[in-house]
Amino acid sequence: MTETIVFYLFSFIIIVSALAVVTLRNIFHCALFLILCLFCVAGLYVLLYADFIAVIQVLLYVGAVSILIIFAIMLTARLAGRQVVMQNEQTFIGAFLALILMGGILWSLTGTFIRQSAEVPPPKSLATIGRLLMTDYVLPFELVSVLLLAALIGAIVIARREGT
Amino acid sequence: MQLIHYLSLSAILFSIGFYGVITRRNAIAILMSLELMFNAVNINLVAFNRFVTPTEFIGQIFAIFVIVVAAAEATVGLAIVILIHRNWRSIDADRVNLMKW
Repeated sequence: MTETIVFYLFSFIIIVSALAVVTLRNIFHCALFLILCLFCVAGLYVLLYADFIAVIQVLLYVGAVSILIIFAIMLTARLAGRQVVMQNEQTFIGAFLALILMGGILWSLTGTFIRQSAEVPPPKSLATIGRLLMTDYVLPFELVSVLLLAALIGAIVIARREGT
Repeated sequence: MQLIHYLSLSAILFSIGFYGVITRRNAIAILMSLELMFNAVNINLVAFNRFVTPTEFIGQIFAIFVIVVAAAEATVGLAIVILIHRNWRSIDADRVNLMKW
């Protein structure tokens, strides 16, 4: 019962703040609503017994990516604030396509049977995830660290000023 | 709560992000909508992990990889946005037409 209430509360906040992210005119407010949305997604992960993912979500999205986005808004704010028109002329066709996409996914969900497991998830996921990352999934783990290093160097090379 | 609730929420969130990607002019707003879509995918992965294979954690590991790749994407994307802003004095995605014809 409590789980249901919490789920619907989080879902409501997620959907409302996501709509605010895509429709508000002030881009700084959009960023703040994005942070709220990501935080509530972390709450949903807790509901799904994914404690480590929830912590990672708060650290990486709410902490790092949001700060990065706010930095970028600040660096471009002089023009972003003056820019009144935030939507392009594709609003109606965009809404139409998004509704078709949502309806299609929901319609295909109702006709799909997914075999669910009745097992109870173990209370702590961190030890198992760490073991799996170091044994079965060590190659993608290392690849992803190389990807992060490449993204770091690439971002520095792209964003630095010429000649410095 | 059943799996279908989480999948429906994820579909709605994905569609909202899709709408933002299509209709926004500001490049940073497009990147924020992309983050919404990544989160919808992650909810899917973790929900399937919880309800289909609760003891194997494979969905959670894929969610970790998605989060890391999204962080890398945000870094490079925002660096490109700042570079575009420096050269064009604008981050309107409709006006940046260097690679269009």
